[in-house]
Amino acid sequence: MTEGYRARDEPAVVVSGLAKSYGRVRAVDGVSFEVREGEIFGIIGENGSGKTTTVECLQGLRDRDAGDVRVLNLDPGTQRDALRHRIGCQLQESALPERLRVWEALDLFAALSPRSREWRQLVEEWGLAEKRSSAFADLSGGQRQRLFVALALVNDPEVVFLDEMTTGLDPAGRRAAWDLVREVRSRGTTIVLVTHFMDEAEELCDRIAVFKRGRIVAIDTPSALVARFAAHSTVHFSYDGDDLPWLSSCPGAASVRREGARFTVTGDGPLLAHVAAALIAHGIAPLDLRVERATLEQAFLGISELAGSSR
Amino acid sequence: MKGVRKLAWVEVKLFVREPFALVVAFAFPFFMLFVLVGVFGNEVETTDPEAMRVWRGVGPSDFYVSTYVGLVVASAGLLTLPLRLAGYREAGVLRRYRAAGLSVTVVLGAQVLVCAGMAVAGAVGIVTTSTLVYGTALPADWALTVIAAAIGVAAFSSIGLFLGAVLPTARAVQGTGLALFFAMMMLSGSGPPRGVLTDSMRRFSDLLPLTHLNLLLQDAWLGFGWATTDALITVGFLAGSAVLAVRFFRWE
Ligand SMILES: Nc1ncnc2c1ncn2[C@@H]1O[C@H](COP(=O)(O)OP(=O)(O)O)[C@@H](O)[C@H]1O
Ligand SMILES: [Mg+2]
Repeated sequence: MTEGYRARDEPAVVVSGLAKSYGRVRAVDGVSFEVREGEIFGIIGENGSGKTTTVECLQGLRDRDAGDVRVLNLDPGTQRDALRHRIGCQLQESALPERLRVWEALDLFAALSPRSREWRQLVEEWGLAEKRSSAFADLSGGQRQRLFVALALVNDPEVVFLDEMTTGLDPAGRRAAWDLVREVRSRGTTIVLVTHFMDEAEELCDRIAVFKRGRIVAIDTPSALVARFAAHSTVHFSYDGDDLPWLSSCPGAASVRREGARFTVTGDGPLLAHVAAALIAHGIAPLDLRVERATLEQAFLGISELAGSSR
Repeated sequence: MKGVRKLAWVEVKLFVREPFALVVAFAFPFFMLFVLVGVFGNEVETTDPEAMRVWRGVGPSDFYVSTYVGLVVASAGLLTLPLRLAGYREAGVLRRYRAAGLSVTVVLGAQVLVCAGMAVAGAVGIVTTSTLVYGTALPADWALTVIAAAIGVAAFSSIGLFLGAVLPTARAVQGTGLALFFAMMMLSGSGPPRGVLTDSMRRFSDLLPLTHLNLLLQDAWLGFGWATTDALITVGFLAGSAVLAVRFFRWE
């Protein structure tokens, strides 16, 4: 079989037992996962949990200590050069020469690759048109970040690695970046997205691996992670009368808290419906009754606690 | 190949955009030219045998002009090139270049091309100035002079790459580069002629690559022929530092 050739439906990335230490720090400690072709695969976890080290090993930027890694059926450790032109890399930490201009960077990087996208189009897409003749040193944090993502895409990669892509972007910039990432995927590119923003992972990723201390502690779709680790929902309303002891006997309610006039009921199941029914039955109809959907953020905290306590 | 050319061209543009770096790169050779040639003039001393020996039988200005070409080359190799390389590593530029598929050879090769370009520009500047202002002689043997200068550029860019590769930080590179540069500027024949150095100074001077490059250039320039031993020593510096530079190169 030719190296780098993949059968249909073969995963774009296969990692098994990956390990990497820096001196005595075990940064990555036996990590295994697969990324399917055309998928947006998320890697989340607190700072220092080994996310960057993992993707750097996949990009051939670090030599692993142990484990097997295949990206597009190539080994990034030994077949770096063959892989290089087929992947796109946005690194968490990197820079360009201070006086290098935006268009020069894109032009240079495009020239390095046998295949490349028209960089003028990338400049437009990533909102850098006005800045195309600006020096790297004169760009804002968000503009630099967008330039780095554009550079990661300029060789028209089959797999692109984005490490903390939206750091430094303002809220509008983040949303715009999310749309662009979805568009990149719709052209068939596989995306590995490292982030510590839970909303970003929940919004974009098809599946997510949760890292903790160099290991994967959970891996699933965002909705499955939420269902498994943050099943409870929270109902909020305001009422400034007496305490409501009967609330805790609503079906599914696990706890009731009161701070001043603000009540918070947590529990499982169709909690909002039961709480609403009980309130109406007692002649209370708060204007601000609402349910807070469980988020990936809560699931993440739940996973972290579980993983922490098992050690 | 397309990569090296493109990167080298980008590097040249970057270099020109930093006028301060240009001034630093060429300030010392011009300064030496104005001070020493201005002080000693270009009278050929024929009566005093000691002076004949010290100035190698030519006027001081003619004696010096080739050594300032050497100084320009040393300045590009010791002060500019390693600082850029180490600065790029410190800032994370090399990480970014590596991920884009640039190889060690391309990154280092582009720096050598830039260094060569600078050396040519500096040499043309210094020779033109010296010829116009002080009426110094042009090379007696152009071919040998150009070959000598090319060997010098290769040797000093290799030394620069080596410094940029082994020293941990840009600050360390700057300090070390300056120290080496000043030692060579004073003891390699670009300052006091070697003929007036004490024995111990001259022994130290024999260890410096610029000493041999200057002798090689000077012989070619003044029509004294090809200084084979000095050429071999310069090539030795070239080969040694090139091997070490590639061996110790780090992306981050
Ligand atoms: N170049 C390095 N040298 C030494 N230790 C490192 C290096 N890079 C990362 N580490 C350590 O490895 C661990 C994992 O880091 P990293 O992979 O960057 O995590 P994350 O991207 O999840 O924040 C951390 O403890 C970090 O301090
Ligand atoms: Mg990281």
